[in-house]
Amino acid sequence: MSTPTGITRATLHKDLRLEWRSKDAINSMLFFSLLVVVVFSFSFDPSAEESRQIAGGLIWVAFLFAAVVALNQTWAREIRNQVLDAYRVSPAPPNSLFLAKTLGNFIFVIVLEALMTPLFIAFYRLRSLGPVWQLLLVAVLGTWALVVNGTFFAAMSLRTRSREIMLPLLLFPISIPALLAMVQSTTAILSGEGARFWIVLLVTYDLVFTTVCLLLFETVLNAE
Amino acid sequence: MKHAFPILGVVTAILLSFALYEALIGAPTEQTMGDVQRIFYYHVPSAWTAFTLFFINFIASVQYLVRSSSSADRVASYVAGGVGLVVFAAAFFVPLPMGIRPSAVATTGLLIAGLYFLIRSLFSQPATDVLALVSAEVGVVFCTVVLVTGPIWARPVWGIWWTWDMRLTSTLVLWLIYVSYLFLRRFSSSGQTPLLAAVLAVLGALCVPFVYFSIWFFRTQHPQPVMGDGGSIDPRMLNVLLLNWLAFSCFALLVCWSRYRLETLQREVDQAHALESLLDPRGSVR
Repeated sequence: MSTPTGITRATLHKDLRLEWRSKDAINSMLFFSLLVVVVFSFSFDPSAEESRQIAGGLIWVAFLFAAVVALNQTWAREIRNQVLDAYRVSPAPPNSLFLAKTLGNFIFVIVLEALMTPLFIAFYRLRSLGPVWQLLLVAVLGTWALVVNGTFFAAMSLRTRSREIMLPLLLFPISIPALLAMVQSTTAILSGEGARFWIVLLVTYDLVFTTVCLLLFETVLNAE
Repeated sequence: MKHAFPILGVVTAILLSFALYEALIGAPTEQTMGDVQRIFYYHVPSAWTAFTLFFINFIASVQYLVRSSSSADRVASYVAGGVGLVVFAAAFFVPLPMGIRPSAVATTGLLIAGLYFLIRSLFSQPATDVLALVSAEVGVVFCTVVLVTGPIWARPVWGIWWTWDMRLTSTLVLWLIYVSYLFLRRFSSSGQTPLLAAVLAVLGALCVPFVYFSIWFFRTQHPQPVMGDGGSIDPRMLNVLLLNWLAFSCFALLVCWSRYRLETLQREVDQAHALESLLDPRGSVR
């Protein structure tokens, strides 16, 4: 239990169980992205060919906005009873906590995507011309990129005034390359073109930002 | 040293007015674009100045983070020196892509290591935070000048105000990143601001290559850089450009310097107030 992976597992288990009982994050994310989908389909009303062109953008913008809802709640629970302060004085490695929180958010957003994608397909009459396994790969890599930076910046904006506003202000500019890669690769795969460049870019982005977030998380957690 | 600041002010004023004269009257008129092209003497030097300032912000932020532990400081110094050396050596031993001069690469290498060690010797660790703040603020101003003068030029020449081309988009994203940096500094509570800002600055700077490569995939409409391939620009125009660049750099240095003094004084005043209220027996809060 006291090994770094044990601490990660315990924290993750606790977060998942809390989420399973309350379903706060997943419900608000689901309803939010449903609203985005409905509003978008009212404002565009595309044909099958058009929706292939715009679906990549719509899907990822909806998921990005929905993910911010969950990310904002990541640390709120730990603030309430000074859990974070207790964690800081304990000898547990900070990165175990960070990994647990990131994995938890990753699972929430992936579940959201799994539930919302069928709806997207139905509403926009989507049919992929490219290989579907590549779409899954892009979903995993892209979600990780959003979530790893998002969890990090959520921890950072804890120390600021009006933290709910601060998270998207910090997260969106840094995520632009990842978002661009996600949107472009999704569009390319849906319309049957190659997306190799974008997938390589996403992998590199994930590796670099995961490493840097792990290196700097201790500094952010202990910032006083 | 006491008179350095006013001397720099006078030199900047002379350089700026001479550069203005040269840009508007001295330089030859461009054949196809006409007088609109003269905005180039402000657009390009502003861009160079902004990028230099953002780079200084990155170095200052790295130093703020690493200099609290001596081992991290040593590692970072080796890395900075090593990167500078590798880039410098690459200018001579690695075949460069078309249009990039070895001398430019070698200068970049020297600049990386030189700036790092210059800042390290001139500024104490708390002072690097002031430097990071100042360079980001002034850099955002110059970057705004770039983003405003660009469309003014593009409208008559390209026929459009804006296009999602590589250079325009990456400059805009760079501007967004550093504006979010200033937002963080504004919104964060005072004690932890330097640390969080330094962390964000490092992440933002790491993002720049990704921005560049991701947007590189779109077609590019921007005129190719005039410094790289050589021969495409009239030497008189090049001289005026370099003169303007010098003037703008002096101006940026002047603004940064006065902003730096202001910020340092402000912090001293805040500290004095905090101390005073601690020592005051009635416990009054100023």
